Amino acid sequence: MGTSRRKFLKFMVTAAGSAAVAGKGKAAHGHFTGYEKANAVLFDATLCVGCRSCEAACNEVNQLPEPEKSFTDLSVLNEKRRTDEKTYTVVNRYDDVHHVKSPVFRKMQCNHCQEPACASACFVGAFTKTPEGAVIYNPSVCVGCRYCLIACPFNIPAYEYYEPLTPRVMKCTMCYPRIKEGKLPGCVEACPMEALSFGKRDDMITIAKERIRKYPDRYIDHVYGENEMGGTNWLYITGAPFEDIGLRTDLGVTPAPEFTSGALAMVPIVIGMWPVLLGGIYVINRRKDQLAHKEKVDSVKAAINETEATANDKMKKAEERFKKQREMAVETAVKKALVDAEKQSGKEEDK
Amino acid sequence: MKAYLPETAKKRSLFSPFNIFAGIVIIMGLVLTFLRFTKGLGGVSNLDHTNPWGLWIGFDLLTGVALAAGGYVTAAAVEIFRFDKYHSAVRPAILTGFLGYALVVFALTYDVGQPWRLPYPFFVSQGVTSVMFEVGACVALYLTVLFLEFSPAALEWLGLEKAHRWAVRMTMVLTILGVMLSTLHQSSLGAMYLLVPSKLHPLWYSPYLPVFFFVSSIAAGLSMVIFESTMAHRKFHDMMDENHLKHANEVTLGFGRAAALVLAGYFAIKVFGVALGNHWDLLFTGYGIWFLVEMLGFVLLPVFLFAVGVRDRNIKLIKFTAVITVLGIVLNRLNISLICFNYHLPADERYFPHWMEIGISVFVVTVGLLVYKFIVTRMPILFEHPQYPQEH
Repeated sequence: MGTSRRKFLKFMVTAAGSAAVAGKGKAAHGHFTGYEKANAVLFDATLCVGCRSCEAACNEVNQLPEPEKSFTDLSVLNEKRRTDEKTYTVVNRYDDVHHVKSPVFRKMQCNHCQEPACASACFVGAFTKTPEGAVIYNPSVCVGCRYCLIACPFNIPAYEYYEPLTPRVMKCTMCYPRIKEGKLPGCVEACPMEALSFGKRDDMITIAKERIRKYPDRYIDHVYGENEMGGTNWLYITGAPFEDIGLRTDLGVTPAPEFTSGALAMVPIVIGMWPVLLGGIYVINRRKDQLAHKEKVDSVKAAINETEATANDKMKKAEERFKKQREMAVETAVKKALVDAEKQSGKEEDK
Repeated sequence: MKAYLPETAKKRSLFSPFNIFAGIVIIMGLVLTFLRFTKGLGGVSNLDHTNPWGLWIGFDLLTGVALAAGGYVTAAAVEIFRFDKYHSAVRPAILTGFLGYALVVFALTYDVGQPWRLPYPFFVSQGVTSVMFEVGACVALYLTVLFLEFSPAALEWLGLEKAHRWAVRMTMVLTILGVMLSTLHQSSLGAMYLLVPSKLHPLWYSPYLPVFFFVSSIAAGLSMVIFESTMAHRKFHDMMDENHLKHANEVTLGFGRAAALVLAGYFAIKVFGVALGNHWDLLFTGYGIWFLVEMLGFVLLPVFLFAVGVRDRNIKLIKFTAVITVLGIVLNRLNISLICFNYHLPADERYFPHWMEIGISVFVVTVGLLVYKFIVTRMPILFEHPQYPQEH
């Protein structure tokens, strides 16, 4: 469903045939289950000792600014930290942990979701999920709306709040340039405890499950990231409850784009139906107004005609009466004249 | 071409207390603007990586867009549903809608990192999977539509007859386009939060969020028309003609009646939302009580008060209720964007606005009031232009 909606919108906006898009994902039916050759990193919390070597390597490989406290200073582990614009990865220490001996250390960085929330949120498409597994960011189109920071369920992307004119979103790239060169991500290479393993995602899941099977007392029987938010390309296994080491277990398995696909699917319907509905209502109401107007005009006309007719009638009657009166008056005048004439002639005869 | 100046406008003083206050706010705003673009967002705000959206998104954008809904609601009532008796309300509503949206975009230039890239989503790189792409496209188009809807008044003022005739001819198409675009982006502002079920409190998060936002925007629009006309009558009574004054009470009554109905429907679907998520147990937590305050005090109470006000033809009560409703919309949008967002985090990781953020918001609103004042004291908004009678 998600893919067809994306396809449809892409078609609408770019008018670039849907065929090109259809070739991209491997899942024509059902939902996208990740790129076949994608890499992943497996983090084993039972092996991590919180030495911060990964942080130091990350800083160096990505040419990030010098930290305030050096990477050998372990006192920073006393606070709860998160990734920020100068730090793509941090290791936190968790002291109150159920089931296992404290403390437990957990590394935090971008989880490189298979269907990333940040990418689905970005209105300039600045994020790309590469077939190699990394989610990368293109600062040259970024407007700086920070919807990706809102969208990320793991609170990973950071923003250059103190950069006045060209602020960027900053986050782990899984060392995408190094992967392309066939090298390991900086943190994986630097880890002295082999708490981090890098390889094909399917293999990493197999290895994780193998370890859990071999040492059931040591691990909780769950690979975090296998299905969370539709699956991630960073996986975690641990003996401590995931909630206790800052990994939320209430995120569900629905990939983020599916949360908004229904709402986006309504857009073409509104565009198609609203003009019809509203135009229809307008036409009906105008027709009503016109009919009412016509009725009014007609009744006024009828009333005028009626009055005119009665007036004409009256006029005719009055005219007739007048005519009669005049005729009568003429008659009487003639009679009178005749009588007068007779009298006259009588008088003359008398003379 | 000579701009028209009504007689009553000439009697207004330039150095009114409001103008002096506005002048001070604008100087402050310019200083804050300088700080924002020299020190970065961090220099003027309490925004951080975990709380990337603050007052400017919660109030200026989300609340601003909802409260600017009066434009499409009134235009639809008059032009599509043909309630001719509300004609005098159209121009003021379109004007405040237009200014509202213009201010939203203005405020956004402070919030986004590189505002000069705001056209990028349309011209450089289209992120069509994003709800925000839809919001951006609709807001940009609707701002254009509002400008065109508003243009007859400006063209009458400038005395450009030919352009005016064309602008008036487009009214119908623009109205339908306006309602369509408003439906889309009012709902999409809610849909933006569909992406974060893990961060927004379940009482406010719902798959119905887009519907909630759309329906509540209608109530917001209706209430804002009543509220704005109340304020306008107080401040710009001298600019109103006989026709406007004659119909004012009818507008208040009719819009009050409509608001009662819409809010009642809104209350119902909000209850369905709680039922769908089966979150009844959460009503008895701290956030649950806060939810009840919003739902009972700012939705159900206005339904009741509007209904009583309309029955008794109590204009004062309707105007008062419109204010409660507007505050309720502000509360709802702030709840979703700030108060109930990141609800699961400890207090020290939560957000509270910096005074400079509030300062910028006050500055933005003040600029809006000044432009509004400039326009209504000159252009035929609250009165009919002597040469263009019966046009609105």
